[in-house]
Amino acid sequence: MADRPLSPHLQIWKWGPHMLVSILHRVTGDGMALVGLPVMLWWLGSLASGPEAYAAFQGHAMSWYGLIVMFGLSWAFFNHLCSGLRHFVLDMGAGFELNSNRNWSVGSIACALILTVAFWAAMIAL
Amino acid sequence: MGNGTSIGRVRGLGAAKEGTHHWLLQRFTAVGNLLLGIFIAVSFIAMPDMDYETMSEWIASPVQATAVALFVISSFWHARLGLQVLVEDYVHTAGNKFAAMTALNLFTFAGAAFGLFAIVRLALGGAA
Repeated sequence: MADRPLSPHLQIWKWGPHMLVSILHRVTGDGMALVGLPVMLWWLGSLASGPEAYAAFQGHAMSWYGLIVMFGLSWAFFNHLCSGLRHFVLDMGAGFELNSNRNWSVGSIACALILTVAFWAAMIAL
Repeated sequence: MGNGTSIGRVRGLGAAKEGTHHWLLQRFTAVGNLLLGIFIAVSFIAMPDMDYETMSEWIASPVQATAVALFVISSFWHARLGLQVLVEDYVHTAGNKFAAMTALNLFTFAGAAFGLFAIVRLALGGAA
């Protein structure tokens, strides 16, 4: 790589909600791609392989460490969904004013947390 | 293309001369993931339990099998596009970038093929 100065990176700038929502969008998206998709394939593959393989999958998925991963993936799904919807708004050229940008950023993170908790509450209750 | 002036020759091309297609596909697959992901999440909530019988019966019926198969295609495509951006941003050496993109393409097709095969097997009753 050419030896020229780089622009200031994460550690230089003062953090704001718009930066947090941006890096969370990347982290949750790539996290789901690298962890969530393999878990989905394990789930589908074990279902297609029969009851024993599915029981083995469930043994891990329903264990304490499996539930932590599942909870994390569900949060990643809802967070990526909400910040993705924010991207659709930005794609229309809307929401770039400082205040509304801040509100959409905080809103998408908060909305994702509410959806994640609501999802697990519904899973347990229904 | 423009009228031969400097600005006319470059207008609309951008630095990489491509990317619009990537950008659009990222959004098309995002809409697919949104609709299908919500469908699957709501289906999970509505299920009485997560047992083998419940799950395999659910996924074997035509509408659900189609929805999950489309979700496999849409999510793997979307992930492939997203991970490409990750590679482009953080892998700077040409050789490493080529290797990373090759591996990414292989894993995308292999993963999606495996997922689709599993759904076909469940839907057509080949599973044990």
